[in-house]
Amino acid sequence: MNANRRQFLKVASLSAMALSSGMSTLCASEALAQIAPGRYEKGEKTRKAKRWAMVIDTRKFSGEKDYAPLIEACHKAHNVPNIPGDKNIKWFWLDSYEHTFPDDMNAHMSQKIAKAVYPLLCNHCTNPPCVRVCPTQATYKMEDGIVAMDYHRCIGCRFCMAGCPYGARSFNFSDPRKHLPDPVPNPTFPTRMIGVVEKCTFCAERLAVGKLPACVEASMGKILFGDLNDPESTVCKALASNYSIRRKPNLGTQPGVYYLI
Amino acid sequence: MLEKLLSGPKTYYLWLLFLCGVIACCGLVYINQLLNGLGITGMNRDVSWGLYISQFTYFVGVAASAVMLVLPAYFHHYVKFKRMIIFGEFMAVAAVVMCALFIVVDLGQPQRMMNVMLHPTPNSVMFYDMIVLIGYLCLNIVIGWVTLEAERHQVNPPKWIKPLVYLSIIWAFSIHTVTAFLYAGIPGRHYWLTAIMAARFLSSAFCSGPAILLLLILLVRRLTGFDPGKEAIKTLTTIITYTMCINVFFYLLEIFTSFYSNIPGHMEPIRFLFCGHGGHMAWVSYFMWAAVGMAFLSLAILIPPQTRTGSLMPFALIILVIASWIDKGLGLLIGGFTPNMYEDVTPYMPTLQEIAVALGVYAIGALVLSLLWKIALGVKRDVGNFCD
Repeated sequence: MNANRRQFLKVASLSAMALSSGMSTLCASEALAQIAPGRYEKGEKTRKAKRWAMVIDTRKFSGEKDYAPLIEACHKAHNVPNIPGDKNIKWFWLDSYEHTFPDDMNAHMSQKIAKAVYPLLCNHCTNPPCVRVCPTQATYKMEDGIVAMDYHRCIGCRFCMAGCPYGARSFNFSDPRKHLPDPVPNPTFPTRMIGVVEKCTFCAERLAVGKLPACVEASMGKILFGDLNDPESTVCKALASNYSIRRKPNLGTQPGVYYLI
Repeated sequence: MLEKLLSGPKTYYLWLLFLCGVIACCGLVYINQLLNGLGITGMNRDVSWGLYISQFTYFVGVAASAVMLVLPAYFHHYVKFKRMIIFGEFMAVAAVVMCALFIVVDLGQPQRMMNVMLHPTPNSVMFYDMIVLIGYLCLNIVIGWVTLEAERHQVNPPKWIKPLVYLSIIWAFSIHTVTAFLYAGIPGRHYWLTAIMAARFLSSAFCSGPAILLLLILLVRRLTGFDPGKEAIKTLTTIITYTMCINVFFYLLEIFTSFYSNIPGHMEPIRFLFCGHGGHMAWVSYFMWAAVGMAFLSLAILIPPQTRTGSLMPFALIILVIASWIDKGLGLLIGGFTPNMYEDVTPYMPTLQEIAVALGVYAIGALVLSLLWKIALGVKRDVGNFCD
């Protein structure tokens, strides 16, 4: 073996070792630190709160047609597909009083209330069972009370769907992109992939750029959104001066969505 | 000891070939599921777990049931079980393998399953379930292999194996308790939200698991001549009878609490399971009533000592296994998701493809079991611990 060849082999094996061991990642650690969580700061326009909450004034809605623009706004903003059948994706949807508040039914209640439809969405609970059961922290609670999801970490075990007492979670039984138009309604919001769970995000991505949630914006003041920890917020004032109910309050989850009836 | 796998009658090879064929065919169905998603199953938005998770639950019980042989043998020095123990331990290995596979086939993104280890989450019961199942698998492989190796050399097993055996006894209880906690800690699922869930799981496991083991042993006796001993069979049948009584008793406790309290949420799942919805029986109702009939018939045969030891015993065990499978493998999941979160009914029925994938996992379990038992039988034959 001549000297040149030996030299080449030495260099080659050393560099192979450096590449395969952690040495190369040491060099990249600076770049990694720059994208690590915690380095992010909230933008100037970001709406901030200690505990986001929603108050839906159901008295101001007269039926399904009043809710239709809200559903459309939500589903367009988040590229939510409409899949016929029992494997649908639901972020913001309507149901009867009986199904929305099953513990609050009686046969003699006001027909107007009993016959009306009510909007349903993720309650962004203070004690969310979905976060408790998720084995990968793909569902987590943010510091402002929003229950958020990492679609890239979700393994699709659907424990959160069993855990959620509100049926607020949907699983992508098929490829959702097949049910969306091309181009998608909102190219700035990611579409999901097959095999992961998804749900309403309280529009965390819109709050981050200073906008209100899509449904709130489309409701023209009929849905209030604000900080529960701020007594001066519109939600606190509305709750203080009106009778409100929440879905299944006896389970101790402390939903963040209130209904004025 | 692996050389024991290489020799056997033609039927042995045909059986392995058959299992491999089933696994291959069902594997194709699973590939279809991977490509097209869990939409090929009967699961839906409201019934988000189905046959896969219920089979997982059932086989955790089968795995845990090995303790019904190990506990009397090691804690009470009941030597008559010693010849049979290895079969219980190897059945536990096969059952845990099936459990793991049932979880994998149920995942929407199986290639990400290592996320459970990459992002350990102590507040999730599934995290503990993974730990206890992997632990139990390792314990049984090590204990089974080492004790069998010792038997082959006709020496006493090494002393360090004893603490592991004791650990495995406690561990067996833990695997099924943790599995019950998957269900029993969820708010809003009335059928599952019961403190007796873990106890029910254990009692149903400790009757159905040993019953499956005993039926398989009886089959092996017919095929190979291996005899665990009359006394061992008798004792195991007695254990099965007691645990089945406890199992039925626990279910009746559930029914009392639900209906005497008259709380609608607690009554509705049971009503749905047995009477259906809106005046129509659900398909599962027929199964549930059949399970009730078979459970009581099995007890009627097993409780009197004459019939317990008689020729009807295998039949009683078969219907006992079917009854417990319907309770845990169908009723548990369907009752948990019906009524749904809106107190309404969304029907669920497994699809043929879903059943095929589940059958594939069954076949893998049978393959693992056949190979492990082949080794154990070979060793026992060599050392003359085969029959009386």
